[in-house]
Amino acid sequence: MGFHQISVKVNGNDEVVTVSSNMTLLRMLRESLALTGTKNGCAAGECGACTVMLNGEPVNSCMVLAVEVDGQEITTIEGLAKDGQLDVVQKTIIEKGGVQCGFCTPGMLISARALLNRNPHPTEEQVVEALVGNLCRCTGYSRIIESVQAAAEHS
Amino acid sequence: MTSAHPGLPEFDYVKPASLKEASQFLAQHVSEARPFSGGTDTFVRMRDGFFNPKYLVDVKGLEGTRVLKFDEKEGLTIGAAIPMNRVVAFADSARYPLLVEAAKSVASYQLRSRATIVGNVCNASPAGDTIGACLAYQGVLNIHGVDGPKTLPLNGFFTGPGKNLLKPGDIVLSITLPVPSKGHAGRYIKLGRNRLSDLSIVGVSAMGVKDSGTKSGYKFHLAIASVAPVPFVPAKAEEILASSPLTPETIAQAAQAAMDAVTPIDDVRGSAQYRKFMVRNLVSRAVTEIMQKLSA
Repeated sequence: MGFHQISVKVNGNDEVVTVSSNMTLLRMLRESLALTGTKNGCAAGECGACTVMLNGEPVNSCMVLAVEVDGQEITTIEGLAKDGQLDVVQKTIIEKGGVQCGFCTPGMLISARALLNRNPHPTEEQVVEALVGNLCRCTGYSRIIESVQAAAEHS
Repeated sequence: MTSAHPGLPEFDYVKPASLKEASQFLAQHVSEARPFSGGTDTFVRMRDGFFNPKYLVDVKGLEGTRVLKFDEKEGLTIGAAIPMNRVVAFADSARYPLLVEAAKSVASYQLRSRATIVGNVCNASPAGDTIGACLAYQGVLNIHGVDGPKTLPLNGFFTGPGKNLLKPGDIVLSITLPVPSKGHAGRYIKLGRNRLSDLSIVGVSAMGVKDSGTKSGYKFHLAIASVAPVPFVPAKAEEILASSPLTPETIAQAAQAAMDAVTPIDDVRGSAQYRKFMVRNLVSRAVTEIMQKLSA
């Protein structure tokens, strides 16, 4: 099986990584770069626990090959806080109690941040549509949706 | 499917530098190589052991796969590397409302960051959400094969579940949807196990337009997902909608004809019998809603 050396910017840092053809972006982040905030859930593009931003757009990192992101930019949950300050949606999800076990939270926050970047004042329906690909089995979603709406009001 | 988190099986990633190289490689490794774009279906099927290619050939860098343009004469051309979210956000896509509605029904936003219309078509799944719209808009595939460029109409392209008319070495570079009839209306009604994000139990694509050349004064294109081995066009229903004044009785008759023509299977998403009833109900609903839009 082939190996490939790729250059990728992850959370603002330039990284050079050697990856096998069948390594997913998810595995590269967790195992090569030790960024374990991104979670492995269904490995089928359904649960959204592995959501990261690829050039600013959310993707399921289990559904992207590491070799495909050569020369691209990735943002993971570890890159959401800036200068020691949590992102506003990280703050509101804490305030509103939108976290229980926390497994879905990194992916949820990446999807929420991406939504607010493309639409700073989403309706409740737009929040729901944007988070359809992030499954949570604890909270019942209401508080997560409230957190995103509260973040929109803050910004 | 023994592991909860199966990794991808081993393969070699191949990124050809030219169309010629890509077509030749695929033709030389017919049973061993698969082209892919977004990978959202390919990777899932590989994890499930459905197929196990030795080579995955990435078509996203190839000439002609990154086009997304509208031309007043030719229509809308969508490259194989263009993810569905970009199609939805593209201003001229608004001329193709049925396509936009269908694309937005696919899985989730982050999946649509990768999933492509051309990939959905090439996959040839009977459940493909955007295929009905591409059929209704009379899409044409722009292909590069071992003998160079060629085109294939989408009508007749599907030959079975996951099967199509592509030959070894063929790469679909883009799909062109001709300029649609002015004033047409579309509706994609997707019945899933939840309101958003599921695969369809039944998916009805319908497009209607006023047409002085038919007896009813209207022309309809219908395509139904998940009810036959291929995306299904209920020709008899379309004929009924063209040949009699569009009263509720005519619409009911057309919906019944569609129900009688489909050949669904029982599967985890729904029974064959349930699917047949849903075809009748959803065809009726889609046509009725389009009539309301056209007379508004």
